Amino acid sequence: MRAFAELMERLVYTPSRNGKLRLLTDYFGRVGDPDRGWALAALTGDLSFNAAKPGLIRALAAQRVAPELFGWSYDFVGDLAETVALIWPEPAVPAAAPGLGEVVTTLAASGRSETPALIERWLDALTATERFALIKLITGGLRVGVSARLAKTAVAAMGGRDVGEVEELWHGLAAPYRELFQWVEGRSGRPVIDDRTAFRPLMLATPLEDGELERLAPADYRAEWKWDGIRVQVAGDGRSRRIYSRTGDEIGQAFPDMLEAITFDAVLDGELLVARDGVVAPFNDLQQRLNRKRVTAKMLADFPAWVRLYDLLAEEGEDLRPLPFDARRSRLDAWFARVAPGRMDLSPMLPFAGWPDLEALRGNARARSIEGIMLKRGDSPYLAGRPKGPWFKWKRGPLTIDTVLLYAQRGHGKRSSYYSDFTFGTWREGQEGWALVPVGKAYFGFTDAELVKLDRWVRAHTVERFGPVRAVAPELVLEVAFDSVHRSSRHKSGVAMRFPRIHRIRWDKPAIEADRLATLESLIEG
Amino acid sequence: MCGRPHIGGMPALPSRPDRWIETRPEGLYVRPGDFYVDPIRPVGRAVITHGHSDHARSGHGAVLATAETARIMAARMGAAAPSTQALAPGVAMAIGPVTVRLVPAGHVLGSAQVVLEHAGCRVVVSGDYKRQADPTCAPFEIVPCDVFVTEATFGLPVFKHPPAEAEIARLLDSLRLFPDRAHLVGVYALGKCQRVMALLRRAGYDRPVYLHGALIALCTLYDELGCDLGSWLPATGAAKADLKGQVVLCPPSALSDLWSRRLPDPLIVAASGWMRIRQRARQRGVELPLVISDHADWPELLATMADTGAGDIWVTHGREEALVFAARQQGRRARALAMVGREEDDAE
Repeated sequence: MRAFAELMERLVYTPSRNGKLRLLTDYFGRVGDPDRGWALAALTGDLSFNAAKPGLIRALAAQRVAPELFGWSYDFVGDLAETVALIWPEPAVPAAAPGLGEVVTTLAASGRSETPALIERWLDALTATERFALIKLITGGLRVGVSARLAKTAVAAMGGRDVGEVEELWHGLAAPYRELFQWVEGRSGRPVIDDRTAFRPLMLATPLEDGELERLAPADYRAEWKWDGIRVQVAGDGRSRRIYSRTGDEIGQAFPDMLEAITFDAVLDGELLVARDGVVAPFNDLQQRLNRKRVTAKMLADFPAWVRLYDLLAEEGEDLRPLPFDARRSRLDAWFARVAPGRMDLSPMLPFAGWPDLEALRGNARARSIEGIMLKRGDSPYLAGRPKGPWFKWKRGPLTIDTVLLYAQRGHGKRSSYYSDFTFGTWREGQEGWALVPVGKAYFGFTDAELVKLDRWVRAHTVERFGPVRAVAPELVLEVAFDSVHRSSRHKSGVAMRFPRIHRIRWDKPAIEADRLATLESLIEG
Repeated sequence: MCGRPHIGGMPALPSRPDRWIETRPEGLYVRPGDFYVDPIRPVGRAVITHGHSDHARSGHGAVLATAETARIMAARMGAAAPSTQALAPGVAMAIGPVTVRLVPAGHVLGSAQVVLEHAGCRVVVSGDYKRQADPTCAPFEIVPCDVFVTEATFGLPVFKHPPAEAEIARLLDSLRLFPDRAHLVGVYALGKCQRVMALLRRAGYDRPVYLHGALIALCTLYDELGCDLGSWLPATGAAKADLKGQVVLCPPSALSDLWSRRLPDPLIVAASGWMRIRQRARQRGVELPLVISDHADWPELLATMADTGAGDIWVTHGREEALVFAARQQGRRARALAMVGREEDDAE
């Protein structure tokens, strides 16, 4: 438990991805089976307990500590799990500390009535850091800022392998993943899994750079719309049904309506959208359905899920990925005509003669749910990862607006000494005349040299400080680029931008000439 | 108090220490001797427990302190340091009708408890103290007394400091894992800085430790006073590449300051008892919080009250309410003095 607790502790404070990776690979390399496997499962969300509710933890502590002392401590610390972990009185002679594996297997094997005594015994045997990790583990919320994919990437890195290889195996493996670790450590061969609905790592597109188009031959490429939903893989084999996110996480639980439609034996690549009678709704509607453990009947009715298909990866056990795109697309068309699956349609191919045709299409692509154009080589096999060349994404040009810098906040990690997170606003006429109302926050889009300049400007124009945040004189105009803007009841301005970034710093422009909120509102689609 | 039965509601007896020790805006005032202990405003005569700036101020007429504290005050205040008389630990001195002794408090180099005896009653003013071992100062000594005046900086049961050696091991482990990053450790200039250095040496770390300019004067003084800190170098002026994988110490305020930009990809570390609380560590952007404190933790506070056998506990500063509550649970009379002017946050 000690190594696991220390890992959790370090992960939660380490902002950088590389730092987290190093902590993870070091842990997996140092700690033996089965503990490391259980740790991996805890991080990927494949190990979830609700053995204990926070109330039980609190009740256990109440038996040991006077209520007054507990109350003052809780007020000071502000977090229940942390308070209990810290306040737990340590016995003079601690009991033998359990390993992570022991905790997991014992909990799984014991009944609900036995858990309080078990937890109490373990708390008596552990240090404060370990107690915190235990409480977080058994109440089901590690929250250390590590995605399932990052944890898998760390395992893959142990053997110099790509995360795609681990993702492909993942759903055929079970915690504590002994055969996975043996394989990446070179002590045994690749685990053999037999699962037609296993996740196939996705093929991703690279952004089309300026001037790149002229070097490509139009005849080699096929074009489709780039849909503004979330990329999913839909898999069925007649028995099991799965919907994976782009990183291989199963999200089917949140989309029972989609799961129901998987009546076939095939693996498909497509875009998850919300659509009513075939008409795609704005991304905001889809957001209502994301990251939910449970969905209500009302949500299913109000925000019906839909998948727009663009690739067929396997059909009745046959792996189609080595085939060229054109061949896969013919198979997809034929399959769709034959199976006619519910809640799905085909992403249409866009005919074009030359690049000017596509440029015109892209220029007019301001319709809802379209982000731009995808270019795919007709002869490209389906390759995991982001190979450069076969697939391009050609996003429509961003929208831009001139805003005024209002607040700046210190960044994290490398940027912790820089004011690098910028909140900006636009003009709105209120009862007391024109005032700036915050409309968004951006922390990228500028160069390192520009950051140094911005940081200096912020320090020189600070009018008020609130901890890590500084309010600045409203004098600097930032041209902000963003993909789209939506209504939002959660923001004071009533609008929310997608992917805002600093496009240009308008050192030259007076703040009074920045845009009005009404201008931003006029760009809302749908 | 003082062995006399205390009867509620009766008029106070003249020898009760709360008749001859008063809480004044300047600080704790010992009336028969006409002096203050750790006054926060300039006074005529002061006894100073230790050199931290919230206890040792400038502007007093005459100061009594340990020789080390006198040196520390001189180093920090320069010409503004008050004229100080050194009193060796354990040696009794009469100030008017009051007998004064200084006894090691284990907080920082030179730190002392002030033992006051008058009219058959003994009062111990602990100043700041800790019971955990510290290679840079003499250990806390128990002085049985009638009234124990204690701090309560970490006066909540959530504060249980782990052994400092184990925290230093975590720092060394991080250096192993991130050999390309400078480990920038925020430490208080007096005490914590030198304790961290001495602990690193004990753990076998023998590379030079790099210091922020604000830490150099006191480390030089510690060297002069024979406290072995191993080799150290100023961080200012060192080549950026040479600081990779090194331990660099700075005051907590410099952690996220412009100053830290000279370091290669710094990993922010802080050594403080407050690092026990996640929110505190996160607010400061700390990547590796080390729970190393020069103050008594909760079990030490409780044990010390019991060890002194004091019937009365006066709490000067910190989380008074919980400690007063716990002292009463131990069967002692307890009250908070509500002293002002003590720093509670980064100055730990």
